[in-house]
Amino acid sequence: MSKERIKISEDLYDIMPSDYQDLVKSATYGKEDRGWKDIGNSKELIEQHSLCAGCPESMAFRYILASLPNPEDTVMVGSTGCTSLVFPMVAVHNIHSLFGNQNAIASGLKRALSVRFPGRTKDVVVLAGDGATVDIGLDMTLQAWFRQEKFTTICFDNELYANTGGQESGLMQKGFVAKMAPVGKLFDKVRLPEIARESGCHYVVQCTVSKPSLVEKVVRNAVMISREIGPTYLQLYTPCILEIGKNSMEGLQEMRDSEKPTERFAYKEYISEPAKELLAEIAAKDKEKKAAAKQLAAQGA
Amino acid sequence: MTQYRVLPGPEHFLPPSAASMGICLPNPGEAHINGVIVPEEKAYEEAAKQFLMARVPTLFPGPLVLWAWNEKAAKKATAIRHLYNTLKECVQPGQTPMLIPMPDYRPKYPKINPEVEINPNHPNLTIWHNKIDCCMFIGVHCHQANLSLKIIRGGTSCYTIAMCAQAGHEDAMLSFRDASVEKIMKLAEWVKKLKGTVQPRLTSAKSGASN
Repeated sequence: MSKERIKISEDLYDIMPSDYQDLVKSATYGKEDRGWKDIGNSKELIEQHSLCAGCPESMAFRYILASLPNPEDTVMVGSTGCTSLVFPMVAVHNIHSLFGNQNAIASGLKRALSVRFPGRTKDVVVLAGDGATVDIGLDMTLQAWFRQEKFTTICFDNELYANTGGQESGLMQKGFVAKMAPVGKLFDKVRLPEIARESGCHYVVQCTVSKPSLVEKVVRNAVMISREIGPTYLQLYTPCILEIGKNSMEGLQEMRDSEKPTERFAYKEYISEPAKELLAEIAAKDKEKKAAAKQLAAQGA
Repeated sequence: MTQYRVLPGPEHFLPPSAASMGICLPNPGEAHINGVIVPEEKAYEEAAKQFLMARVPTLFPGPLVLWAWNEKAAKKATAIRHLYNTLKECVQPGQTPMLIPMPDYRPKYPKINPEVEINPNHPNLTIWHNKIDCCMFIGVHCHQANLSLKIIRGGTSCYTIAMCAQAGHEDAMLSFRDASVEKIMKLAEWVKKLKGTVQPRLTSAKSGASN
């Protein structure tokens, strides 16, 4: 895995639009310790987006794309929703699936990639909204987990159908009144993290995207565990500021308010035993690497 | 045999795919002009003529040649640059050859900058903006090339040429098949050979800017 595979033909370099030249020159493809701190220092894998101003989904996209451990060998699978407006601007291979089909597509894709590229690590990451994950695509989501498919599912939970005007979704909180759901939600929010755990996911996290370092950690963990062990699931709160009556600048505060210990997006994590062992192994290796680098630096000095 | 001919448009909003109208792909050693199978040599001559007649003859290299994913791709890129330089040398004042990349197939809506790139999902924007009246696709994956060629035929009067590395394109007005470095160089030779013998369409009212 390296940047060597992403080269522009020398004789046509000058005609390439500058964003592609920048991707080759300063994107973090192939960088082992890539993470959210690269934002601002390197070319991001998202050029721009067509989401609303201040949309927390855009923050989530930036952190996730900065944190993928292996972007040049990753394929993301999206579905219908606000996220599908962003994927055209993302410099990671991606597939748009039919509404709700994303986990079925990802299952086939992951299996095909492992046959086509047996010696290479290929990651598959599903990224879809709550409508696609929990309502329309719940069957596909669960079946992929039951089958222990080795890919990560990320759900951008904004608690309603945002880009069609605010209809009720399974992940909407009880009692919430939306523009297109005037009666108010009569049932509880679907407890998908618990369902994910019971369905065989080896790593399940529910959190908001208010802290980039946390998003980086959970994305890396989820991808590494799904690569080696089995399915993983992240449920990230990305509130739709328009649909909950907030201003552009209030998205971050909304997430901070919702992640307090007594609130519905308090940090929730489940790690299976095999996944714990793997994470411990990875941590030990990282520690060794850091120690070796420190020693080398000391010798050099 | 079909009477349908693949001609410069604008045909209509949703032109039929040429294949569905009975147009067939050429066999090795052949090409097609307007849907009629011809010997490849004739197609070189016609393509060179179309380039030299056009006010804005343009090459659209796609990802298969823009990215140096293998040695052959890099060599094709060199040959394309040579063809472009040859076009620049051989055209008359008032003609402006262009080399515009199609770096990938992302829809990039609504961000497309028609001055610097072409996108397969709305190629007409680049054609209209630059008033391109003759173009050649090279190094574009077949499905995306077919999509673009059909949109161009539907909404513009641009003459389309496909230099396809596979079996050719029915939806282009002129299509080569089995594209190689040698074939690109040969086309450049034909452009040189016909230099000064073709009257450019400089005063023609018809241009790629039709809409």
